Amino acid sequence: MSASKPKVAFYWCASCGGCDEAIVDLAEDILGVVDAVDIVMWPCAMDFKRADLESMPDKSIVATLLNGAIRSSEQEEMARLLRRKSQYLLAYGACAQLGGIPGLANQFSREDLLNYIYEAAPTVVNESKIRPQLETEEKGHPLSLPELRGMVRALDQVVEVDYYVPGCPPTPQITKAAVGALLQGKLPAKGSVLAPDIALCDQCPRKATKPADVKFTGFKRPHLTETDPNECLLAQGILCMGPATRGGCEALCPRGGMPCTGCFGPTSRVRDQGAKMLSSICANMAAKEEKEIAQVLVGIPDPVGTFYRYGLPKSLLRRKVSLDYS
Amino acid sequence: MNTAAQQVWNEGNRNANARALQRRRFTIDPITRLEGHGKIEIFLDDQGDVEHAYLQIPELRGFEVFSRGRPAEDMPQITSRICGVCPTAHHMAATKALDDLFQVEPPPAARKIRELVYNAFMIEDHALHVYLLGGPDFIVGPDAPKEQRNVVGVVQKVGIEVGKKVISMRRRLRELIAYFGGKVIHPVLGLPGGVYDGLLRVVDFEGKEYAKFAARQYADFIAEHVETWSYVKFCYLKPLGWHGFEESATGSIYAVAPLARLNVAEGMATPNAQKAYEEFFSILGAKPVHHTLANHWARIVEMIYAAERMLELVNDPEITHRKIREIPKAKPRSGIGVVEAPRGTLFHHFETDDQGLITKANLIVATQNNAARIAMSVDKAARGLIKKGQINEGLLNMVEMAFRAYDPCFGCATHALPGHVPLQVNIYDRKRRLLRQLIQS
Repeated sequence: MSASKPKVAFYWCASCGGCDEAIVDLAEDILGVVDAVDIVMWPCAMDFKRADLESMPDKSIVATLLNGAIRSSEQEEMARLLRRKSQYLLAYGACAQLGGIPGLANQFSREDLLNYIYEAAPTVVNESKIRPQLETEEKGHPLSLPELRGMVRALDQVVEVDYYVPGCPPTPQITKAAVGALLQGKLPAKGSVLAPDIALCDQCPRKATKPADVKFTGFKRPHLTETDPNECLLAQGILCMGPATRGGCEALCPRGGMPCTGCFGPTSRVRDQGAKMLSSICANMAAKEEKEIAQVLVGIPDPVGTFYRYGLPKSLLRRKVSLDYS
Repeated sequence: MNTAAQQVWNEGNRNANARALQRRRFTIDPITRLEGHGKIEIFLDDQGDVEHAYLQIPELRGFEVFSRGRPAEDMPQITSRICGVCPTAHHMAATKALDDLFQVEPPPAARKIRELVYNAFMIEDHALHVYLLGGPDFIVGPDAPKEQRNVVGVVQKVGIEVGKKVISMRRRLRELIAYFGGKVIHPVLGLPGGVYDGLLRVVDFEGKEYAKFAARQYADFIAEHVETWSYVKFCYLKPLGWHGFEESATGSIYAVAPLARLNVAEGMATPNAQKAYEEFFSILGAKPVHHTLANHWARIVEMIYAAERMLELVNDPEITHRKIREIPKAKPRSGIGVVEAPRGTLFHHFETDDQGLITKANLIVATQNNAARIAMSVDKAARGLIKKGQINEGLLNMVEMAFRAYDPCFGCATHALPGHVPLQVNIYDRKRRLLRQLIQS
């Protein structure tokens, strides 16, 4: 390891590893990254341990790209540790930026979660109702586990974040641009999302057929519908999150024949992605009577999962009232 | 080594051993070069030998719970977020569960496209393990410095040209998946309309068939056991009951993944893979093979099959047929899908209301099937490798190699020499701050 190269860390919390694969997907370009920086932490691909990180001076890492939401006490500790060791901390990917799909767990209590997983699930055999314990002794050996907190949080709900790289996962282009900006010191204002600040529709090849004033008369579920491969999905009655979602992915899902589900989060002009989409649907609803409106809503059987699939922890809704923070 | 260096070396060894004895506990945190989180706690006895080593999984996200109330057709995309390294496996298992749920059979072209995507995924995912995750232990060396024991070291060792070839091959395979699936990490191609064409087969320690069952019967054969010290649940064969972490010919703990697959298979369906399969068993001896590290080799045999099968599929005129959808008409109720993921058998089970909203989800993921074996293999490797408090980074990595292979590591445990001179000694204080590092020249 040379002293002159900037140090970079990759770390994961409540995540799936897809963000780490997204780094690997830099493919040939990763060789350039490896030449330009010293990677000092990357559990998915390298053998540096927590102790290595702890022994480094504060602020000695130029940038940490942290993916995953924060669910456990250990993830909280690691986020704090990496914050302390890093000059820049980037929330990398939808889970770190917004809470992500694991954030949907905020609709349920921790007890719901533990009860189903360890007792009620159909294949579990657990007559004595054993649960994982924070402190336990096994054959005389003390063992401990991190605590699962009452709710899932985005990274900036735990520590200060300098920049956000959106996506589930971020695309190689977005990642390359973010790493390039970091290494060349060409960074925008602190707190920026490092992706184009335009709606997804502006990058969608189906945009030409998006009606100026769409009138929603109902929504169809994708598995029950044959769709036209070129026409705007909203115009075909398929709920597509494009209008409320930031571009930058080049509209991968609509190109693949499926609607946008919103993984890049909102643009800078939108406070709450789900509320934005809801208001846009309400404004363009053909039906005016309550009964007709209810009929249209039948096509959206899971509003939270539709409008807040990646952003529940950061949304205005946040969490079930009865959930505690601890 | 000169005399002064030797003295420093010996003193370092004595200090390290004294501290090890004093503390009697070593932690590998986090375990690395895998998908997911884990740590290993190693406890030593008064002689500095291993009493027990535990691999603990420190987290839980709870997909089964927060799937409730969601439309079933969203499951291929939601469950792919269980794992972004093998999203295609979850995507396909969920899609097959939807086929079952909505009682719809996809047209032949759709099935072939799915199979093509899945085989492309099988190659690139196994290649990830060979070059990035497990491979560095063999290509660079199990006790190489940790700065080199990774993909960067692999590229240095094999040369930039070979490195680029592998990277480019993986990139192109992943582009192919993105072409068919919209996205490569978390694809969006799967809608109900495939069937699982096969039965699950379990063989015993001698290779005799113990059971053969359909995906629908999975709950009769597989059960999950809970321990206090890990968030992971440990699978076992339900009819045999849970008897603890016991290695025995009659035990209920079983294995999945490449080696297990080759052990239950009668052969491979493509010519070069069949040759590789025969070579595998002729060199390693009688079938079934129980050497854990043979998983790495088995992975290569499977890559050859996947590549050959891709070639067959792209040359099949039927794959370009325009009909690739079958719109479901039946009322949904319950659907079970199973695939052989790169890391083992993967079950998705969904139950819904009349609207197709999930009322109950149960997922048995590949690594969970292997969880008990992995725990045992880590313990066994630690016992075999660590003697008289002699611990170094290379040895600890060899303990990690036990989980990397996904099976008990007989190779490590029986072939490493206990007490051999370490290449590098890290001495930590009680707070795990690095006090001193000694490296053998």
